[in-house]
Amino acid sequence: MADEPGSTAGAYRRLVAAQVRSQTQYRTSFVMDLFGSTVLTLLDVVSVYVLFSVNGSLGGFGGREVLLMVGIASCAFPLADLAVGNVEQLPSYVRSGRFDAVLVRPLSSLGQLLAMDFAPRRIGRAVQGLVIYGIALAAAPVGWSAGTALLAVLAPLAGAVFFGSLFVATASVAFWWIESGELAAAFTYGGKEFTSYPATVFGGFFRRLFAYGLGFAFVAYLPALALLGRQDPLGVPGWLHWCSPIVALIAAGLAALFWRTGVRHYRSTGS
Amino acid sequence: MATGMASARAAAVLARAGFHRFATYRQATLAGAFTNTVFGFVRCYVLLSLADAGGRVAGYDRAQLATFVFVGQGMIAVVNFWGPADLAERVRTGDVVADLLRPLDLMVNHLATDVGRAGFALLTRFVVPVLAGLLAFDFYLPAHPATYALFAVSLLLAVLVCSVCRYIVNLAAFWLLDIRGVRQLWVVASGGGSGLSFPLPLLPDWLVTGLWLCTPFPALMQAPLDVLVERGGTGHAVLLVAGQLAWLAVVVALARLVQRRALRRLVIQGG
Repeated sequence: MADEPGSTAGAYRRLVAAQVRSQTQYRTSFVMDLFGSTVLTLLDVVSVYVLFSVNGSLGGFGGREVLLMVGIASCAFPLADLAVGNVEQLPSYVRSGRFDAVLVRPLSSLGQLLAMDFAPRRIGRAVQGLVIYGIALAAAPVGWSAGTALLAVLAPLAGAVFFGSLFVATASVAFWWIESGELAAAFTYGGKEFTSYPATVFGGFFRRLFAYGLGFAFVAYLPALALLGRQDPLGVPGWLHWCSPIVALIAAGLAALFWRTGVRHYRSTGS
Repeated sequence: MATGMASARAAAVLARAGFHRFATYRQATLAGAFTNTVFGFVRCYVLLSLADAGGRVAGYDRAQLATFVFVGQGMIAVVNFWGPADLAERVRTGDVVADLLRPLDLMVNHLATDVGRAGFALLTRFVVPVLAGLLAFDFYLPAHPATYALFAVSLLLAVLVCSVCRYIVNLAAFWLLDIRGVRQLWVVASGGGSGLSFPLPLLPDWLVTGLWLCTPFPALMQAPLDVLVERGGTGHAVLLVAGQLAWLAVVVALARLVQRRALRRLVIQGG
């Protein structure tokens, strides 16, 4: 069944396998790449630790509480990056007109892009994120119940869906604006940076926009509050702390809509 | 002597070409500047949240922190930590042979183009985050007129040190062909060790001293920023610039050595 010619799953499996083979050809480089991208996540965690160690708290939260937020964020982002991060390549497909070839094949356009540029080195980061989250869950004073256990599993997944939606939505901008370049990074990588800290750290208009307007508070901050059984010092009502899966689904719906509109808007290079 | 003049003129022309080459990517430049600004807001709020009752963090006051963060974000594209692996790609494809046939040294070629690129980034990518920081936060403006001149020198040295370092990273392609892994390590080391992820004085003293003395990384960002926020007075600033000069000499010597070895390998491969 798996290798039956013409099956969709088989086609995707072969595309991904070809990528894995090609990217592991230069073995030394692949190992260094895997190691490097793992250290890169570690650098993020070290950064938070360095900042945290100044006062022994961040935005009114203690070490184990901050670690829980970092844990959820450092699980969610690499999972999204592994699954859909390579949609960042879209501008080069649009610019060169190679997106034509994607459109004529009998597979979903988004699915093909994701499979064709699959980057196995990103697995290192995802595994590392899981380890950090595991440690955080063990260390943090979580009030365990069926509800919190379910949320503990769902929160990083919802965060991954949320970040994945952002990757797709911001990459879709390239259908209209090819030179959008690093604009996507402001929301994907910038958002990841934002979610690693308690929302109380930020202030003014910027916090309102990123935490609630764009919904980043729902990735790590609010689920962490729910797991810890803490009130939000900023006054977000308790029931909203549990809503990150719903927010993630809404984000995914919007991203899909955005992608479809973009694909319809796509015009080839014309040469 | 005459060849020296000719080389200098060729380098100046290359620098101008580098400027023009990057000046064509106007929209991407704008998108990048926006991303730097978003990161500026995140980092600035996080650092400000650490300020003690006296409003200080690791010897910086609030205004100095805002300047440190936003000027630092502006410097990312000027110093160009994450520059593209153009040269490595030319080594991989063999095009580098054409570069070597030219009467201008490979490194001078790389440096001149990069300085031109930095000039364009200074007028665009540098200005946007700095203006945003100026408008949104209390900003530290240097009291001493000499500081501005010293900062300009320090920034130029940072550009040169970084350019030579990236040149060495690119030369790794002579041995590895695919340098993604080496680049990844460079990104981690230069991010954590330069003051890009957080101001270095937040780290333990022994580690900071080690970084200043044993690595070129603080010369890439921490040094110019400390000069600009006048940490430790004019005498200290002059010392920092002298340190950058010393590191420039070290990395240039290293680059020459690696280049000689690398070119010997090219002959072997081409034979």
